[in-house]
Amino acid sequence: MSNTTTNERSRRYLNPYLGGVLLGLVLLASNFISGRGLGASGAVKSVVATTIEAVDKDAVNTMPFMAEYAESHSGSPMRSWLVFEMLGVLVGGFLSGAIAGRLKLKVEHSPKITSKRRLIFALAGGTLFGLGSQLGRGCTSGSALSGMAVLSLGGFVTMMAIFGTAFALAYFFRRNWI
Amino acid sequence: MGPLAPYEIISENTNFLLAFFIGIGFGWVLESSGFSSSRKLAGIFYGYDAVVLKVFFTGAITCMLGLLFMSLFGWVDLDLVYVNPTYLTSAIVGGVIMGAGFIMGGFCPGTSFCGAAIGKIDAMVFVAGLFLGVYGFAFTYGWWEKLYFAKYLGEPKVSEKLGMSDGLFGLFMIIAAIGMFAVAEWAEKKFPREEY
Repeated sequence: MSNTTTNERSRRYLNPYLGGVLLGLVLLASNFISGRGLGASGAVKSVVATTIEAVDKDAVNTMPFMAEYAESHSGSPMRSWLVFEMLGVLVGGFLSGAIAGRLKLKVEHSPKITSKRRLIFALAGGTLFGLGSQLGRGCTSGSALSGMAVLSLGGFVTMMAIFGTAFALAYFFRRNWI
Repeated sequence: MGPLAPYEIISENTNFLLAFFIGIGFGWVLESSGFSSSRKLAGIFYGYDAVVLKVFFTGAITCMLGLLFMSLFGWVDLDLVYVNPTYLTSAIVGGVIMGAGFIMGGFCPGTSFCGAAIGKIDAMVFVAGLFLGVYGFAFTYGWWEKLYFAKYLGEPKVSEKLGMSDGLFGLFMIIAAIGMFAVAEWAEKKFPREEY
């Protein structure tokens, strides 16, 4: 019974094409208002730069990647467009989940694998994604989605590399998902 | 006339405040489309749920068309809209690393924050991984530096590279998307899964 209720709730998602149009309008608003697209990984970079600076002020200067970033962001690296945007994402995601009745503390995984296995892969995947997003100058949001909308060649290349690789490796990780 | 912030029609602080509201819209749309669930996201790679493809391409095309029309009407100056620079090698290598992270972790950065916001512990762990990965890149930057700047092509548009107008390229993109949507609808029927 409670299971049925959960299933009905999880089905209450937006029609994907409608969701896509709405996503496009948010991205359009972002370009019109701020002259830039959406992003996600850049906010992580801001937090990492701030943390490194807080722990050891000299460490930032010994890391050229972070030093360059701190220089280009006058004041605190937290005073960045992407940090404010990502705080909004947390609020927006929470509100949508709350209204749809999807707020629940849980590890989501295929019944064929354990929670522990799921979490190990989540950590490994997140680490790779974090590293790749710095090398690729943006993730699925900032580079692929936003880049494609402004017809950036790099955006299309990154999109194809991300999805192409994931498709190519899907067979090897199938036990985690199907 | 847009874009508003680069034209200094709105102040930097207003821009940051609006970034917060844009983020709320972004997070809202992602979560309500099901992007807070790794099993829904990974569905595209096995054919049982193509929500990623549908939302992603509809979103990119909607924004692309919006910008083209707004530019046509003189509402937005596309020269002031940020176009991502193309460093070909790092775009490919970075994309390959991200793709591996996607199939292993089941999220991308934006969606993992959404999942974390509604209590998915796997999403929170993924976010922790993101921090490790970004720190790891900064820490090992010396190894990547050459690759990071290799094959810089400026800020080319794909339409320029193909020698066609933005509008014509947009039309081809719409046709390609409709083709992919048809395959996606077929795949979802061919590889159905129980509710997950």
